[in-house]
Amino acid sequence: MKPAIFPLGDSAINITFGNVIDDSIHQQVMHLYNSLIDLNLDGVVDIIPAYASLTVVYSVVQIKQLTSNTCYDYMQQKIATAFLLTAEKRLHESRHISIPVCYHVSLAGDLVMLSIRKQISIDEIIRIHTATMYRVYMIGFLPGFAYMGKVEEKIACDRKAGPTGVPAGSVGIAGNQTGIYPLDSPGGWNIIGRTPLRIFDADRNEPCLLQAGDQVSFHPLSLAEFETYQAI
Amino acid sequence: MSAVVLKAGLLDTLQDGGRYGHQHLGINPCGVMDSLSANVANILAGNHAMAVVLEVHFPAASLQFTTPRLIALSGADFGATINGEAIPGNTAIIVNGGAVLKFTASVQGARCYIAIRGGWSAEEWLGSGSTNLKVKKGGYHGRSLQNGDEIKNRTTEKQMKIPMVVGSKGYVALPISANTSPLYTQRNFRCIAASEYDWLDAESRQRLVDSSFTINNRSDRMGYQLSGSSLVVENKEQLLSSAVTKGTIQCLPSGQLIVLMADHQTTGGYPRIANVISADLPSLAQMKPGSLLNLRLVDVQTAEDIFFEQQYLLEQIRVAVLKKFKQQNLL
Repeated sequence: MKPAIFPLGDSAINITFGNVIDDSIHQQVMHLYNSLIDLNLDGVVDIIPAYASLTVVYSVVQIKQLTSNTCYDYMQQKIATAFLLTAEKRLHESRHISIPVCYHVSLAGDLVMLSIRKQISIDEIIRIHTATMYRVYMIGFLPGFAYMGKVEEKIACDRKAGPTGVPAGSVGIAGNQTGIYPLDSPGGWNIIGRTPLRIFDADRNEPCLLQAGDQVSFHPLSLAEFETYQAI
Repeated sequence: MSAVVLKAGLLDTLQDGGRYGHQHLGINPCGVMDSLSANVANILAGNHAMAVVLEVHFPAASLQFTTPRLIALSGADFGATINGEAIPGNTAIIVNGGAVLKFTASVQGARCYIAIRGGWSAEEWLGSGSTNLKVKKGGYHGRSLQNGDEIKNRTTEKQMKIPMVVGSKGYVALPISANTSPLYTQRNFRCIAASEYDWLDAESRQRLVDSSFTINNRSDRMGYQLSGSSLVVENKEQLLSSAVTKGTIQCLPSGQLIVLMADHQTTGGYPRIANVISADLPSLAQMKPGSLLNLRLVDVQTAEDIFFEQQYLLEQIRVAVLKKFKQQNLL
């Protein structure tokens, strides 16, 4: 599909490849993202990949010094250049990150409900959730919050009607996506476990553990292992 | 130390131009709501345009300065006084140690900016001193100021060259000021149609520009919710989350609009109808809940032209102020 290009105000440009969660579309987003990173354009302040779109935020003050056209036209041209680079199929290797999760019901407020609603045992939910290699489609909502998919239909579940308080590290399911709350936050995802890893730590050199394009898998921890992990 | 917070206000945070370069990680930029006022306050304090300023809402913090300082206020008129005497906004002011700055009334605007020579000293996080309230980083311990907090400026005493003020008032307003009114607009906010503009039905597209909207009480640094004629999204698809930015106008499932402001999240899943142009965002940041506004669609070229005209006016202010500082031998 030919991407649609729109201005998002006068300081950002949005490239949309469609409106479906699809690995090949997301691959295109990530190719364009990586090409733009490689181009290292002056005046670009942020490049934000999402499920099926990419947004480039730029400084008009800086871009204006580089062009006599509008800054928007200039950015459009640069994005066209990045597309040409993308055509060369420049592959950036994606990282694989394995995340320990404790699925004990004391840390998983919605696990029993999910088991009842989906007519599937808790052990089977854990087996299915840990059997899949997920793709991080995007980071958003909160610092470091990774939207991952796809969750197998057998354990997919619509988000809850209203938000409740969710502790940091909580692993949730919403539709066929899975995600981890990086901070204590109100949230509506169905919580099925918790990781002792710090998904977001403002004082770390790289505050966010995950980024778009990462491959993520989960492995189960017992409650005792979880507590030992947390103590470290 | 430069100042002590005698009484904290509603929301007093240290902010700069924002924390960019991390939005792909969900880390939102924050930064000043009204960049023009912040720029002007800094210019009048002899700083670079985006030095760290104190952004206050009404009721605003009362501050006591501990040493002579050059300060300037810009943005909202909150009836500022020093030692009980009204002081002008958009003016360079020298305060003595012991001088007390208080705000007495919400006269006009929503946010006032207090700049100090050298810039306020803020904790930097990822290259910016802006306060991120959600992550609790940057600014002053990542939070709004509280009673008894001691805030400093960045420059050393030697660099300051601030003479003590003679007399009992404890301050002097210098003959260095700026007229910021040409930088602001009142009622009509210009925007550019965004990716999902076409998702509205034809009638709603007309209502978007024909009807007035009221900024309601659920409005803060994250976003302004607008009350007014309900809009209809014709396209019933569920939009996949995608990036949003300052000024993005989203249409909520209720048909009401929200305009994202400085503390916006990096992504959102509501249709993006339009985006307020950069030049009009500072004016919007000064609109209080209850104010009426109208939206006007312009193209990108027009938005850029308006922005650069505004930058030119700002540059004129900067050059004029700099000249006066030199005449006063204060730089």
